Amino acid sequence: MAEATLPHELPAVYEPSLFGTYSKKIGMWLFLLSDSLTFGALLYAYSYGRISTPNWPTPFHSESIINATIMTAFLLTSSLTMVMAVRAAVFGNAKAQRLWLLATMACGIGFVVLHGREWSKLIAEGLTLPVFPKLPGGETSSEFANVAKTVPQFPATFFGLTGMHMLHVSLGVVYLGIIALRRNFIPILLILWLAAWLGTPATSPFHYGAHVLLVAAIVCSIVLWLKPKVYDASDVEVAGLYWHFVDLVWMFIFPLVYLMSAKIL
Amino acid sequence: MEAFQEAIAERVAEQHRHHGKSQFLWVWIALLAMTAIEVYLTYQNMQPVRMLTILMGLSLVKAALIIGFFMHMKYELSRMKWLTMCALVACLALMMIFFPDALRILSLGVR
Repeated sequence: MAEATLPHELPAVYEPSLFGTYSKKIGMWLFLLSDSLTFGALLYAYSYGRISTPNWPTPFHSESIINATIMTAFLLTSSLTMVMAVRAAVFGNAKAQRLWLLATMACGIGFVVLHGREWSKLIAEGLTLPVFPKLPGGETSSEFANVAKTVPQFPATFFGLTGMHMLHVSLGVVYLGIIALRRNFIPILLILWLAAWLGTPATSPFHYGAHVLLVAAIVCSIVLWLKPKVYDASDVEVAGLYWHFVDLVWMFIFPLVYLMSAKIL
Repeated sequence: MEAFQEAIAERVAEQHRHHGKSQFLWVWIALLAMTAIEVYLTYQNMQPVRMLTILMGLSLVKAALIIGFFMHMKYELSRMKWLTMCALVACLALMMIFFPDALRILSLGVR
């Protein structure tokens, strides 16, 4: 078998890509296709629960709908800034690329903060899961507490679906941070982790969920240490594909989970 | 290899030169407008099935705009477009096999 391998110093012959693009991009598309099946399964599970449950609740007041609409606007705007970052990268404008990437991250962080605030509000009102830490006030008798008791599929699918999406957005922000700032982003990520961990009460699921940022910081440090590089336009474009995908998934979660469960008075 | 990668990078740059900032801006405005329409329709007291159909229709249009323009799929080779999109749609459509079971539960109850 040894004679079949090419000597390293000889220039290898590569066939052009079947898809007319570079391998990183094809790899990301394949990942996104598999990830879309993950979200597809979660969305179908939500829909299955909704179809098979006659008394499916519609608990979201206009305040929640407005909040979710602002979150949607944040994500759509982040997609615009992301595409501008890709454009700047293609034209070799490094400064504009970094600024657009930072703007995209700011929109992503805005989305996560608004979503986290909404989760905290719902949990405080009694819409919770058995795995979440118990609130010090004990059982509440609000509308949401009643929903959690009578239709447990609702909080299970709601938190499962939106939590998975929030995780994707958070990791997307980390991904863009690494592309924009490389090693300089690691201390920022650690500060974000500390702020999220220490800034949330122990009864909040985000108190423990914040450790995702610590794990991300460790993984990113190892990757940057093992393979330090300057990210080029193709890396920005591939990161953009991931970010747009996260936006795309929300375009289905928003109407299906929020708008179809809006409380019409 | 390098020449090949450079040729691809040049092709990507060429695609970006063809569509300016205004195109992305229009797509963004269209996406925001469709979101506003969705929120408006939510409060119009429509039949749930009808509302779901309209909302999912709008979501599909929004998804097509994001994939086509923001993710640049519109400018990829047609074999890339067809292979990825057909595979995705086929897999997602296959998952619908579970829906009749949900309806069965609704009419018969869980046993």
